[in-house]
Amino acid sequence: MGALFTDAFLTSLVLGALTAGLPLLLAGLGEQISEKAGVLNIGIEGMMLMGAYLGFVVAYTTGSVWLGFLGGAVGGMAVALPMVVLCIRLGLNQIVIGIALTLGTEGLTALLHHFQFAQSYPRLPAVPTLPIPGLSELPVIGPALFDRPAIVYLAILAVFVTAYVFRSTQLGLALQAAGDKPAALDAAGVDVVNVRSFAVFTTGALAGVGGAFMAEVGAGIFVPFMTNGAGFIGIVLAMQARGNPFWVLAGALLFGACLSATTALQVAGVSIPTDVIQMLPFAAVLLVLVLFGRRASLPAALGTHYVRGAR
Amino acid sequence: MSGTGSETTGMGAAGATLAPGGRGGAWRERGRLVVMTLGPILGALVLSGLLLLVLGVDPLAYYGYVVERGLLSPYGVQATFTRMGPLLLIAAGLIVAFRAGIWNLGGDGQFLLSAVVVAALAPLLAPLMPVWLVLLAALLVGALVGAAWSLLPALLKAYQGVNEIITTLMMTFLGVSFANVLVKLFFRDPTTTVPQTRTLPVADRLPRLFDTTVSSGVLIGLVAIIAVHVVMTRTAFGLKLRIVGANPRAAVHAGLNVPLLTVLTFALSAGLAGLAGAVEILGVQGNVRADWNPAYSLTVIPLVFLARFNGFASIAFVFLFSVLSIGGESAARRTGVPNFFTLVVVAILLVMLGVTEYLDQRRRAAGR
Repeated sequence: MGALFTDAFLTSLVLGALTAGLPLLLAGLGEQISEKAGVLNIGIEGMMLMGAYLGFVVAYTTGSVWLGFLGGAVGGMAVALPMVVLCIRLGLNQIVIGIALTLGTEGLTALLHHFQFAQSYPRLPAVPTLPIPGLSELPVIGPALFDRPAIVYLAILAVFVTAYVFRSTQLGLALQAAGDKPAALDAAGVDVVNVRSFAVFTTGALAGVGGAFMAEVGAGIFVPFMTNGAGFIGIVLAMQARGNPFWVLAGALLFGACLSATTALQVAGVSIPTDVIQMLPFAAVLLVLVLFGRRASLPAALGTHYVRGAR
Repeated sequence: MSGTGSETTGMGAAGATLAPGGRGGAWRERGRLVVMTLGPILGALVLSGLLLLVLGVDPLAYYGYVVERGLLSPYGVQATFTRMGPLLLIAAGLIVAFRAGIWNLGGDGQFLLSAVVVAALAPLLAPLMPVWLVLLAALLVGALVGAAWSLLPALLKAYQGVNEIITTLMMTFLGVSFANVLVKLFFRDPTTTVPQTRTLPVADRLPRLFDTTVSSGVLIGLVAIIAVHVVMTRTAFGLKLRIVGANPRAAVHAGLNVPLLTVLTFALSAGLAGLAGAVEILGVQGNVRADWNPAYSLTVIPLVFLARFNGFASIAFVFLFSVLSIGGESAARRTGVPNFFTLVVVAILLVMLGVTEYLDQRRRAAGR
């Protein structure tokens, strides 16, 4: 086994964990914001997928990576819009609509892809990296962690920003109240529906960027159904993180490492069917749920519709 | 459709409502149900048709082709009835779970693993015993495999309170990959170049009905969904499950063993999904190719909601969906619209259903 742990293997493992983990991080972070505000956002898988599709299309047509990420955010928010209108404004079942949005986005993006790209399967050029002076010279972790596209650093920064917002701002307080005791928030003169709508749109934007990252940085191509459950893993991350964004980061890197183990093992010359490796992240998620399931904490009003004045 | 008049299960709750629904004339109530059922269907077809227009496909030609190939042609309508078998079993399983307030979203994993195990087992048993015994054993094994794949979510839900939406979805992703591992590494037919299981000879499959190509799986499906409907609406056991679904805390106070009932619900629901996998293999496919995953379960969920968890109404919607799905597969070859389109129709249908329910509630609240 000693031969496994060469520099090349370790670099590709860390790099892969980051590349595969980053979409999970953004999805988990987004879901955490929704859940904090009391919305169980099952549609996040659809938001990621739409982000991946639109991010790819925009990056491909404009040639701009950043416009691509913007397109991803818009795509995610476009799927968040029906969620806001139907679940938060009208009070329809969040789970049923979430499933509908995920199914619909899967069908729609696959359909659009079929009509636009099925003949050509265009690829995007590699996204340029932004080496951090000094740190990127480090052995093994240098090229894997500090010579990455700028969006990676922004995503990590988003963890700190989210933690700050949760802990030290009025907005964080309002989000938490919307999830734990919406009536109290209402009594304090803050519109619960608006706070929750804001949360879901933010989730859509973050998940959309996560999807765009998968298409632009991860794969360089859009493939139908490419998110393959990443949004759902994001939901688990949010559940287990108990409201703390830093746990989302840790979990995302752990599951990312599982997802990327295939490539790393191939670098090391070990051949295992990809299906075995594809089981790893989901097995890891279930193991985490078995070990710590009881400790998952969710807001009291999660999944319930708030009607002003109703008991 | 017996019983529809007294049952209105809103989208607001996963479980069934126990109280009888609307007041007023029976005819008005029926008319309301017809509007609330046909409205979303028409709306979904129109909106999906608009999407086809955007994609440059003539929607009328597309739908016409779907109806012709899924319903009017003799081959098509027989394929439609055959397709109904596994879908009805999945619907039956979903009705059990949803009425008991449990979100079993893991049907695809339960279905696929059962299909793979049955496809591996049946050709081995076929030379050893009479056909009826092979089929019986395979159906039983399929149901057990399906139920087994729900055990972990069931125990986590019953004893740890872990949200089953997440765990069942995770088990589906795990199960789909695991099914591929089984096909590629363990159950692979050594005589074929493509990774797939051994093929069950046509003579050893579920018998066809009369002189048609319709598999008798559709009968198994019909019996199962009617049995489920009767058990859930007419028996003490069904009432217990519905109480757990409507209000788990009240169920505890009523002295019900909620954890046990939860595990039982999972086992029944997943067992039926597993049975669906067995029926698909024994009646239609005969083998499992690697990477085969029809993903029936997630698309049946909207149908069950549309039927408001009523077994008889579910039969009608499963029939409609089968027409759309069989016709859509033919149309994919003819019109160049891939079958993903069916997913869009189902999703729009679900949203339209929600909006209709909302409008109906508003109208009732205004009339009170």
